[in-house]
Amino acid sequence: MHIVIIGNGISGITAARFLRKLSSHRITVISGESEHFFSRTALMYAYMGHMRFADLKPYEDWFWAQNKIELKKGWVEKVDFAAQALHFATGEEMRYDRLILATGSKPNKFGWPGQDLEGVGGLYHLQDLERMEAFSPGLQRAVVVGGGLIGVEMAEMFHARHIPVTFLVREDSYWDAVLPAEESAMVSRHMREHGIDLRLGTELKEIIDDGQGRAGGVVTSDGEQIPCGFVGLTAGVHPNIGFLSGTPLETGRGILVDEHLQTNISGVFAIGDCAELRRPRPGRRAVEAVWYTGRMMGETAAYNICGQRVPYDPGIWFNSAKFMDIEYQVYGDVSGRPPEGHASVYWEHPDGRRSIRIVYSRESKQVLGFNLMGIRYRHEVCERWLSEGAHIETVLANLSAANFDPEFFAAFEQEVVAVYNLYEGRKVRLKGRRGLSSALRLLRSAVTGKPL
Amino acid sequence: MTTMSIIEKIGLAFFVLALLLFTAVLGLERYELSEARLAAAVDNEYHLEAIVEEARSAGALGKSYGSSFAYVPELNRLLSQAGQVLSGKAKEGLPDGVSRSEYLLPGWKAKNYLLPAVRAASYGPVSRRPALWWWLTIGMATFGGLLYILPQFLSLPGIKHNHIYANSHSRGLGWPLRGLFLGGALSGVLAYGVYYMNQDYFWPALTLLLAVLISVVVFLPQGSLERRPARSASPRATGLLGVLTGAYLIAFYIFLYWAPQHLTAWMLMADPLSYWLNGGPASQWFVYGMLYTLAILVMGVRMFAKYQHNRYQQIRTASVMFFQTAFAFLLPEILVRLNYPYFDFKNIWPLNYTFFFDWNLNQLMDSGALGLFMLGWGLALIIIGVPVFTYLYGKRWYCSWVCGCGGLAETLGDPYRQLSDKSLRAWQYERWIIHGVLVFAVVMTAAVLHSYLPEEGGMLTRGRFLWLLALLLLGAMGYAWQRWRKGAVDISATGMYTGLGVAAVLAGFSVYHASAGSSTFLFLSSGQARQWYGFLIGSAFAGVVGTGFYPLMGNRVWCRFGCPLAAYLGLVQRFKSRFRITANGGQCISCGNCSTYCEMGIDVRWYAQRGQDIIRSSCVGCGVCAAVCPRGVLRLENSSEDINDRGSSIRALHISQDGVRLDA
Repeated sequence: MHIVIIGNGISGITAARFLRKLSSHRITVISGESEHFFSRTALMYAYMGHMRFADLKPYEDWFWAQNKIELKKGWVEKVDFAAQALHFATGEEMRYDRLILATGSKPNKFGWPGQDLEGVGGLYHLQDLERMEAFSPGLQRAVVVGGGLIGVEMAEMFHARHIPVTFLVREDSYWDAVLPAEESAMVSRHMREHGIDLRLGTELKEIIDDGQGRAGGVVTSDGEQIPCGFVGLTAGVHPNIGFLSGTPLETGRGILVDEHLQTNISGVFAIGDCAELRRPRPGRRAVEAVWYTGRMMGETAAYNICGQRVPYDPGIWFNSAKFMDIEYQVYGDVSGRPPEGHASVYWEHPDGRRSIRIVYSRESKQVLGFNLMGIRYRHEVCERWLSEGAHIETVLANLSAANFDPEFFAAFEQEVVAVYNLYEGRKVRLKGRRGLSSALRLLRSAVTGKPL
Repeated sequence: MTTMSIIEKIGLAFFVLALLLFTAVLGLERYELSEARLAAAVDNEYHLEAIVEEARSAGALGKSYGSSFAYVPELNRLLSQAGQVLSGKAKEGLPDGVSRSEYLLPGWKAKNYLLPAVRAASYGPVSRRPALWWWLTIGMATFGGLLYILPQFLSLPGIKHNHIYANSHSRGLGWPLRGLFLGGALSGVLAYGVYYMNQDYFWPALTLLLAVLISVVVFLPQGSLERRPARSASPRATGLLGVLTGAYLIAFYIFLYWAPQHLTAWMLMADPLSYWLNGGPASQWFVYGMLYTLAILVMGVRMFAKYQHNRYQQIRTASVMFFQTAFAFLLPEILVRLNYPYFDFKNIWPLNYTFFFDWNLNQLMDSGALGLFMLGWGLALIIIGVPVFTYLYGKRWYCSWVCGCGGLAETLGDPYRQLSDKSLRAWQYERWIIHGVLVFAVVMTAAVLHSYLPEEGGMLTRGRFLWLLALLLLGAMGYAWQRWRKGAVDISATGMYTGLGVAAVLAGFSVYHASAGSSTFLFLSSGQARQWYGFLIGSAFAGVVGTGFYPLMGNRVWCRFGCPLAAYLGLVQRFKSRFRITANGGQCISCGNCSTYCEMGIDVRWYAQRGQDIIRSSCVGCGVCAAVCPRGVLRLENSSEDINDRGSSIRALHISQDGVRLDA
């Protein structure tokens, strides 16, 4: 059986690796973007000089031949689902028995005038990085548009090269749909502390042509004209499925798949950023363009193709990012616009760069989410509390076991408990220590939802 | 690319000027060949008389030489001629009451005169004002270095790795130049080795044979011939400053170990400090220790600035700064001043390979209670300290908290940590070479001890020693075998059987020699074995390659490929330790910062992206992978909770009915 995977990102590659582990089928991975799999999330580090491109590749180049995973460089232009054949831009053809679509995303463009000028681009593909490189020498200013994670990354990249950055954020507070107010303010503060020209509540109106078909500046919603030689568009991404239009494949925003990641066409699967779940699990979205869901989908698809029917279940939401120097981790349900009935205990370090927030249900006192800034928490412990709906006071009393900061780091769990006790008039006492031993003991013991 | 503040620029200018002056100092002195100056170095009247006579007849007496490179050949010629004259005269009869050995001047004695004679012949600005020159060079370099570093304390806390691969100093060398340096170093060492071993070809030839054998093993049976390493240390373009730094360091070590007579001006400069500390003049080793300590201290301050946000890094750096200054530099000098043996309390055999040498054992046993304590302390560290502390905390307790080599690597070497080769091929080389050095150290030490111990009488005779050695080897073997069989350690069968095989052969030979009452161990001349070990491992590997290769192959070349103590600590870490680096569930994004900045060349990401704990014998626990991780994935931890299933079981991320699951 010949299994063909279009896309060599994390989801396509994980599918290939697990297919190889589970079977001896012929496996081909197609990519027009790059010869080998690389970590998209690390593109910024290559630009900033932290790493070389070779360091972005999680596997050495010989790994693929050794594991009999065939790599094909090229762009697929058309898929003929009836004939089970792929047509390449070069005119070549490739037949498949099973097809996995893992084509990823494309940066959003919202019809801004000038959005297709040279020197305008997002940060997703290797080619985007190359564009940024090409425009960096002599660049006097870059404007970054968008209020999410990639925007901060792009701002940090130019900043690292000592190129002044203006960051336009449409919302009145940075990433306020996801980050609660305090954390959002912290990130804004931190960007400004680094010298980023952050413009909140400001939209892009148009990108000005410099007369040679290149970006020469932007006009904002305030009517201000900002001269710049590069415009970064980071207002989110959408599934990269354009080349599939006009085929029997059912699509919505992305390629529609069932819980086994199967599309409406038998033998065709879709995974990663380009897949849209028909019935997402509660608390999860239909399209989730994050690294680990791509990895989980890749593994799930491999199992399903190899005959083990496994539904895709990403479990409890988690994510992480880094806003310049501030690390961010989230576990569970934390929202920038918390619904009625959500309460949270929030502690912030006087330095304004670290905070801990624990969200819980006002009514049932069950813990709902963890939001960490500049502090690391242990995935397994948080996940366990969230999945068992542990009582907030149980969580607080054992909070040290969740701490994942390096040894000798100051611990602030005591302060979090104190904040809770102060506002709730309770007398929860922190017990236990941080470290693997106490985390493992906690994971082994049954966590009850009852208060202590 | 980097923009520097004015203070940084001034600091850098001071440092560069001081470095140029420091190098130039070696050419500032003149050397006078006079009877008085010779007499200050040659304390044997017959030798002195013969040398002076030779100089007089050559018309060289009273002559002055412009550089050590002019003076040393002349002095060498005089010494060898004086030696010939004396042996000629000795045939005609020795003066009354003078022994032959006292009278003759063979080559090795002449060698010992060389350095003191050059030192005593030196006159000029440096010998007139040594303290002034110390301040102008070493003092100014320290000042300039600190000035360059201090503004970094003003930056926001966070990872400071911008532009490393754009920087000519830290981006590394492309493979053609790396190959040139590596090939040059290996062939140079082997060629000089023949001369060093007095035209003995056996050891250099054996070394070459082993090098070829290891290459064959790595390339052929492990099938990496056709694999082109994707993650070798080669950058796209070579950094010129890196080449210069590497060449300077390599030259420094070559002179330090094998031609210190050209470095006498530095010793003169260090004299005031040396007299103040130990009451005697500075040797080349005092100069080395002083520079080494200062490098760790100044670059340690840089680590504080770089890791303002990471207390693990701060405390660890303070620890290596303390142990270098107090234990490696000051305490031994003070002991010497108090007429006790020079002893570094933190240096452990087999890194400290001279510990079991006859002269060291004799010196310790002749130094009263303190000497015996030192002997016991050294033994306790080997037998109890290493296993117990490594069980509790991993080998980091030594390698990145205490050790001097590690201390230099973690401070002076920090700018080069990304240059370690992360390819699988490099790891294969690493395992063969470092464990090979450990075997060499054990065999050499066993041969030396065997020849030192009495055949009969006393508690520890040769025979008993050999039985003890065999028992130790068999015990360790049995334990390792049992751990492996239980699946508690995940090691390839090839590796396991090779290790067991070598241990079995050594144990077999020990038993054979013990029962046969052989006069040598493994048919080796213990003198030659230790001479070659000192040359090849102690000097060439640890010094020239270990530090000189910082800008070529990263800051842990010695620790990763060569240190026998690291190999010993690593075996304990691998087989029985509570230490591991935990991966935090599914948070890894495979970015590769951890692998890039791992100085030991461990592909940390390989494990982290599967949610698997990292248990590698080479990990020195520097904690930088955890520090540079942008997603909070890694944590250095000690725990005995899951100790027995952590080795082979992969705590990997899997899909299951209940979603993300960490399972075996």
